[in-house]
This record gives sequence, structure tokens and C-alpha cells, in this order.
Amino acid sequence: MSIRLATGGRLIDRNSTVKFTFNGKSMTGADGDTLASALLANDQMLVGRSFKYHRPRGIVASGAEEPNALVNLGQGAHHEPNQRATTTELFPNLIATSQNHWPSLEYDIGALNGFFARYLTAGFYYKTFMQPRAFWKHVYEPFIRQSAGLGKAPDPETRDPDIYEHFYAFVDVLVVGGGVAGLQAARAAGESGAKVLVLEQTAFWGGRAPVDGGEIDGLSPDDWIKKTVQALEAMPNVTLRTRNMGAGVYDHGYVLGYERLTDHLANTRGPRHRLWRIRARQVIAATGAIERPISFAGNDVPGVMLASAARDYLINFGIAVGRKTVVVTNNDDAYRTAIALKKAGQDVPVVIDAREFGGGALMQEAKALGIRVETGRAIAKVKGGKRVTGVALCAMAGGGAMVEEIACDAVAMSGGWSPVVHLWSHCGGKLTWDDEQSFFRPDSSKAPTGADGQAFVVCAGAADGHMHLRYVLQDADLKGKGVAVSLGCDRPQTTLPTAPDSVETPLMPVWLMPANAWDDLRMKAWLDFQNDVKVSDVQLAAREGYESVEHTKRYTTLGMATDQGKLSNINGLATLAASLGEDIPNVGTTTFRPPYTPISMGAIAGEARGEIFQPLRKTPLHDWHEANGAHWEPVGHWRRPYCFLRDGEDVEQAVHREVLATRNSLGLLDASTLGKIIVKGPDAGRFLDMLYTNMMSTLKPGKCRYGLMCSENGFLSDDGVVARIDEDTFLCHTTTGGADRIHAHMEEWLQTEWWDWQVYTANVTEQYAQVAVVGPNARKLLEKLGGMDVGKETLPFMGWVDGTLAGFPVRVYRISFSGELSYEIAVPAHLGRAFWDKVLEAGAEWDATPYGTEALHIMRAEKGFIMIGDETDGTIIPQDLGLHWAISKKKDDYLGKRAQARSHMTDPERWQLVGLETLDGSVLPDGAYAVAPGNNANGQRNTQGRVTSTYHSPTLGKGIAMGLVRHGPDRMDEVITFIGDDGETEHKARIVNPVFFDPEGEKQNV
Amino acid sequence: MLTFECPCCGAHADETELHAGGEAHIKRFGPGASDDDFEGYLFTRENPKGVHFERWRHVNGCGKWFHAARCTMTMEVFGTYPAQTFQPPKDLLDKITEKRPGWSWRDLS
Repeated sequence: MSIRLATGGRLIDRNSTVKFTFNGKSMTGADGDTLASALLANDQMLVGRSFKYHRPRGIVASGAEEPNALVNLGQGAHHEPNQRATTTELFPNLIATSQNHWPSLEYDIGALNGFFARYLTAGFYYKTFMQPRAFWKHVYEPFIRQSAGLGKAPDPETRDPDIYEHFYAFVDVLVVGGGVAGLQAARAAGESGAKVLVLEQTAFWGGRAPVDGGEIDGLSPDDWIKKTVQALEAMPNVTLRTRNMGAGVYDHGYVLGYERLTDHLANTRGPRHRLWRIRARQVIAATGAIERPISFAGNDVPGVMLASAARDYLINFGIAVGRKTVVVTNNDDAYRTAIALKKAGQDVPVVIDAREFGGGALMQEAKALGIRVETGRAIAKVKGGKRVTGVALCAMAGGGAMVEEIACDAVAMSGGWSPVVHLWSHCGGKLTWDDEQSFFRPDSSKAPTGADGQAFVVCAGAADGHMHLRYVLQDADLKGKGVAVSLGCDRPQTTLPTAPDSVETPLMPVWLMPANAWDDLRMKAWLDFQNDVKVSDVQLAAREGYESVEHTKRYTTLGMATDQGKLSNINGLATLAASLGEDIPNVGTTTFRPPYTPISMGAIAGEARGEIFQPLRKTPLHDWHEANGAHWEPVGHWRRPYCFLRDGEDVEQAVHREVLATRNSLGLLDASTLGKIIVKGPDAGRFLDMLYTNMMSTLKPGKCRYGLMCSENGFLSDDGVVARIDEDTFLCHTTTGGADRIHAHMEEWLQTEWWDWQVYTANVTEQYAQVAVVGPNARKLLEKLGGMDVGKETLPFMGWVDGTLAGFPVRVYRISFSGELSYEIAVPAHLGRAFWDKVLEAGAEWDATPYGTEALHIMRAEKGFIMIGDETDGTIIPQDLGLHWAISKKKDDYLGKRAQARSHMTDPERWQLVGLETLDGSVLPDGAYAVAPGNNANGQRNTQGRVTSTYHSPTLGKGIAMGLVRHGPDRMDEVITFIGDDGETEHKARIVNPVFFDPEGEKQNV
Repeated sequence: MLTFECPCCGAHADETELHAGGEAHIKRFGPGASDDDFEGYLFTRENPKGVHFERWRHVNGCGKWFHAARCTMTMEVFGTYPAQTFQPPKDLLDKITEKRPGWSWRDLS
């Protein structure tokens, strides 16, 4: 069993008591505990079930690399799955539950999968669920979906109640990792005067040096760390942050830091996580190293743990992970665990050293403490189910013949160390295989490079492959100074901290234990604990032809779990290399991708959620709309009223009322969102002639002209009315959603193609409120407001004039998108609301009715006017829409002209715009396709057209629609069949003229 | 996430301030052009592994278009220059030659 000892524990406050629950059971820990150490203090070694076989799993590690101890944390809206117990700091009333089992952690039905393990090998899914085909959808997929997944996703209806934020930082030197290497590198860089930021993912400084022991400048590591942190805190140019993980390194020195501000607190205020968006000129990755497990049978039984983790729990938290702990190793470092346990009064029955002659000074020290050491030996298998009960000892060289069984309740294993090269690799840094130390380390000749082509990441200390305290400090000092010099700073004068030299016997690579383990042992030797991948799976993949490590990864799922293979990758690819008869460096590694450990979606979103997810643009009349029943419709970043609901009305009734009121008397529309771009300069006319399909340079001041804009591909992009203000100045109206896009389009051509033309543009969309006064009584209203002549002769159709109305300075355009007598009146934005109120008041006698976008759409459709985005979809040219009249024949050139001459564009088979009416007056379904005889190559029915706009017309009392139909204009009065949304219902419609209402234009010409 | 120095306003601009505009120095073909020329203008683009010339707009800044010479493999930026030109400046071409001997891009080398 694991227990809290009476003494020890450098990170905990023994006088404190912190209550928490695990699977509903009350437990206590201490201030400074992680959830993992607190669970171990309560002898809770079993913490979860594995993904595939539902095997009992215990805590393996003590940090970010933990694959097993994933828990559900919190309740209700605060519930979060897959939280690592090893990096979760304990706080009062923490609630955790284990994952991936039913009905309980202790008794899990899914464990039956273990009995079928022989059949659930690598590629099981691909091999098993192939036939019969029909089974996939109804049998296999539902079954797999139910049993797949790790942890419980939050209820989709809950909303994360916490807040998150982004924070920007620009530094000369970013040091990731606050161990002794990071601190020394930061100090060296800081002394140069450079702006330095240090990120440490845990809550404390110093990394694992205090646990591993030694002496720095004659001080204990703890004292040296304290002194160094104090020195750094005194430097104004150095910023230190704990609980802040360097998550990813990206192009040009961009780094993400993931700061956990309140996860360790019971009662929280302020942001929970903060995403640091850092630009660093140089990055020093002092990210340390991670110990590797050893692959022997039963290495996943709860109680088998990394030797370094057993040591961490003992020294940091005062916990013995077992009363009798067997240590198994291929290197000297694990002896530190045996020695520490023995000195803490715990029983270490044996150290099993795979090396024939064992280790050096540390082995002698262990022996001197009376610890039995077996060299050239191995663990054949671990005994026990939910907890280790013993190990079978065998010869390392053999297949697993047991020579002795040794009782124990914990196994501390060490297969050597791997530098944490993730941050080095994220942005392209390459690795080299260190044969002597059996790990990949950064290849300093192939560093990630930045905007200037120079290296911008350097690894320091253990992350660079330096495994002994003395050399870790030397390397960190060197790297800190080197980075400062590369930034143009003076070489810092910090003195190199010294640590005693230590000589360790080299490790012996052990990728499988024992070396020639029998089949049944290899089937129980785990590589990836979280995804249940064993030595036998990787060997099978190799036999089946998976030679690339990237393919093997995906086939076996090795390293694809939430821990991203921090423990399993090197063992896995070494196993693959051995199976393929290749050297490890030839097999290579999989790609390291950010983030280093999972970061919250909330942190990524930051402040951008809810109402401030994106900016909301409001017209000067927005508040009036809101107060008067506006049923909103999003249009770009704007909100426009779809209609205005009055008491008891539904949307359809409101729209109906608005159309009829406008047609019969007077309607008012907030047209402020329409884009307004001023184009000015001696070459303005020439420029607009290139932009629009029609001729704009011949437009007379005081006149308006409707124009079409195409892309260089020939496709219709935007439309709107252009008014010529004076000889040099035009005002171009765009669609509501098109203003910014069209302004950018103009600037692109002006700046990059016709930069010698004298033209300037300005987007003045928000400078004006624009009100459309529409209907037979429109002129009467303007006359009542008074101040200018808006008569038929003074202000004819498609004219504009400046003046005053009711004392307001206005520009009145006589243009119409409804077919009615209509004026669009622009006033300065700040006068918009007052003008609107005045118009409403004066218009009361004609029942002036504000109308929304749907009435606007219906009235334009009744007149056969096209709408960008309805009749166009990026594949439509003006010629498809019968708009030949708006395409100049006289101009040599305009954007899109050459494209419109391409053979496909002039093809008479292109579908053409027509009007459509159902035979019974009903409304055609939007987007419906008209079928043609026969089937296409895919067995689908041939088509000959589709509906682009469809409405019920209150004016005409029937359904009207516009659509594109093959040879449409030549097929007037023909009846064709459209198919409804259900794919079956037939709708018969007659092809008609798209101008349904007032084809002669008598209503607007008054 | 890339950074470029805007040659117009001098800002060291982050990618979020910029709008990518595809390949630079494309000659426009209009009415009267052959099908091949027009197709080349509209659709044919370089896809180099290495030196590339691109258009960017400092859209959330000064609003100006500029050109950049960049290595698509290492993301190294050799230089930026104003868009109002038909070809890259000589000193930039020399700099690229120094850094990437033997490079070529379209008819440049």
C-alpha cells in the first residue's frame, strides 16, 4: 500500500488538512499536494481503466507525462474530463471521479475485452468491421461510438461559466522551464540587460534538482534555487511566471503560454486561464527530460511506476508508494530511488539491474545500505491484478524463465531518460540520435529558424541531453550568454555555478525485458498505457508491412492519446526499429505538434465569446428598431430588421402588412447599411469604367446609374447605384455586406495595377444615415417636410439633389428598388435618428410604415430585380441574368470582360434567369432543382434549372419565384417540374417573365 | 505566425494585421488576349519549395499593398518592397542569391 510517512515532503504543509472526494469517497490531503499525491496518501493507487481492455490502471508518473491518472474534475457546468491528477493541485472540496468504466472502477464489465485481447490487436477495427457492408451503419458504428471516447464530455447545453483572457507579450528572451537550467539561463541572459520572460508549468521553481540531490556552489539545490529566484526577482528586466506552460512554438518566434490562474483555488475570481501570445526574439527551451518506462509483462499493473515518480512522491510529498518497492533499471539513476526509499525506512527487496555488471558509485552506495542488487537480471512478469503483489525474476538474456518470485507492492522502473524536445521540434528543429545515452536530442546544426533565417530556439540543460547537474548548469550558463550575445548584448559576466563531478556507468538500452521475451509476455508488455498498445501490436504492424513510424502510429494508435506518447514514443519506435532490423535513427520519430499538453478551449477563445464574439455594427436607427418590434436578421456584421412585429402578429403577417402599406401608401426603410464609397480624382471616371460593366464616365453630375461589378473571372460580385457628385467625384453604393470587400477590391486594383492613375477612395458608409421613403405618397411626405423641390421635373427618376428637408441637410437620390415612387435620403449619421423621427411624425397621416428586409426582398422580386447572393453565387455572370443592358458594348475593357468571352461563358446551354409561377399559386421551395428527363452517370436525375428566390407576393396574392433555367427565356409558358426538399414531392411551375408587377414601370415614373 | 515589415508605414506587422494576396508580379491580360495567356494570368501559379514572391496587404494597419520575398520552406523573409513595381529591387535579388545560391523563380534567378 502507499502511505504518507511521518516525516518528509518538501512541497506540503503537514499542519494543513484539505478535504476532497474521489468517486464520492471523502479523503484528505495537505496543502501543496497534487491530486495524485493526495490519492496516494489515501492508498488510492487504482485511478482508472484503460481505453481498450479496461484494465485497472494506477498512477505512473508525477508530472505532465502521466498517461493513466485522468479524472473527471468538478461538477455541473464546471465539469471537465481528462484532467491529469499529477498536474492538478489539490484545493478544498475538490471533486474528482475516475473514467472509462461501468458500473464502477473496482468492477468493470468492459474488462471482459481483456479476455478477447488476442483478437483486439493492431488494426482490429480495419480488419473486423469490413463486411458485410450494411452492418457498418447500423451495427458496428453505433457499437463503436458507444464504447469509444475517454472521459465524459460536458452536457452540450451547459455553458462554461469561467472567464478566460488573452495576453500579449514581446520579449527578447523567453525561457521555458523553471528548473535549475532555466533559472541559470535566465540569469545569464538577464544580466545582459535583455528583456527576459521565464515560464514554469508547475507552481514551484527548481524542477527536479532538489529531488535528485547534489550540491550547487556549496548549497543544497533548494537553497541555490531560492537564492537564484531572489536574484532574478530583483532584476527589473526579468519576469517570472509559474503555472504557465510554454505550449507551442510557431513561426517567427511566436510562442503560446498557457497560464492556469485559478485552477488550484477553491473559490475563484477573475480569469481562470490566460493564453499568453508571446513574440520572442530568442527562445531557450529548458524543458528537462522525461523518464522512460521499461517494457515487461504486467508493466501496467497499478503499483508499477517510474522510478523518478516514486522518488518525487517520497521527497516532495512524503509518500511511500509501497511498503516493499522493487526497483528495476538499466541505468544508475534509478538507484537514487532505492537509496531514498531505504533512507526513509522503507523496504527495497531488490534492485534488478539489466546490465550484466550493474552500475557504478550509486550501486555501491545502495549495496552499502544493505540493498540486494541483482545484475543481468530482468522482470519476467509482474504479479497481481488491481495491485502489484510480486515480480518474477528472470535472466535478462533469456525468454522469461522465472528463477525466483519476489513479493512486493510497488515496482519502480527506469528505462533511461528522454530530453523534452517538443518545443525545439514544433517549428522545425531536427533531432539527432545520441547512441551513448540512447535518446534523441536536438541537432544544434538544424535549429528552427526565424524571419531573418537565424536560429531562434536553443535547448538548455537536460532538454539538450545534459543529464548531470554539473553539465546541466554549465550548458544553461553557456546558452543564456550565447543568446544574449546573439541579440547584440554585451557578454554577461555571471559566474558559472559549480557542482561536483559525478561519474555514472552508461545505461544499457532495454526495449524489451527480458531480451527475448516469449509471446505471452510480449502481449502483456505495454508501450502506450493510455491507448493500450503493447509490444506485440507494434511487432504485428511491422510484420504486416508498416515500415514508416507515422503509419505504424496511426495503425496501432501508439502515441495518439491525450499524453501524445510522452512515455511511449521512444520505446515504441525502438520496438519498431528492432522488428524491422533497422537502426533507431533510420526509423525516426513521429512529428511533435503543439500544444505540449492539452490546453482549454476557453483559453483559446479568450474574451471572444457571447456578445463580444464579433463586433456588432449598428445603424443610427438601431435603437429605434429595437424599441419597435424589430425581428432581427444578421447581415454581415450588421443587424437589420427582417420585419417589425406589432401586437399579435407573426412574422409572415408583419411582412405582408409592410408590403401592402408600402405599395398602397407609404413605407420607410433604414437603408443606412448600404455601402457608400467615394471615388475621387481626375481618373475616377476611367477607373469606374474598369470596375463596372457599364459606362460610368459618361454619367452626368446630378445623375445616378445602376452598375454591376464583376471579378476578373467574369462572375458578378456586387451591384449598386452610382451617383456622380461632380466632375471628379462619384459616390458608389454597394450591397450591405459588400462595402468593405468592394472598397478593398478598389484599393487592390488602384495600388497594384493602376497605381499611376490619380484616384482616391474613401469608405463613408457609416458617415450617413440613409432612409428610403417609398410608395405612392412618398412625394407628398417630402413636400410636407418642406425645404426643397422634389417634383418630377426638378428631381426626375435616377437623379439626385442636395438640399434641406424639415431643416435637415440632406442628399436625396430618386432611385427605387421596389418599383414605387421612391426617394433615398442621406443625412449625416448624427442627425439620422432625429430625421427618422421627423419623417415618422410627418408621415403619420399616410400611415407611414417602417418595413424590413423581407418586405424589401419581396418587392424587389415582384419587380424582377436581382439580389446579390440570391441570384448570384460566385458562378453567375451578368449575361445569365439577362442584364446585357448593363454591359457596355463600347468599352474596350472592364474587369471580367475577357473572362466573359471564354467558351464556357458564352455557352448557350448556361442556365438563364426567368420568372416562375406554380400552377396553384403556392410558393416554390427555395433552392429546388428542376428535373430533366434521364439520369446522369451517378444515377441521379438530370436537372435543368433551380430556384434562386421565392416568396409569397402579398401584392399579387400568389407565390412568385425567380430561377435559372436552361434556355429559360426561350421557353416562356412552358411548365417544368421542381423537386422539393424531401427529394420526392413534385412542384409544377410555369416559366414567365421575371417582372411580375408593373412591367411598364408606371408606378415609379410619376 | 509570420511577421513582415511593411515598407510603407514601417510597422513590424503580425500576420493577423495582414491579408495574403497570392503571387506577385503577375501581368494582367485583358480583352484580345489569347486563351493561353488569359488562362496563365488567371489560373497558373508558382508553387515553389523555396524562394517565392508574394503580395500582402497591411489591411489592419496602413492599408497598403506590398510585396515580400520569402522562403516557403523555412519562412525566412528576404525582404519587403512596395507593390508599385514590375520587379523586385536589385539589392533584394542580390541578397537572395547570397543566401540561396542557384535559386530561380519564374524568369528571375
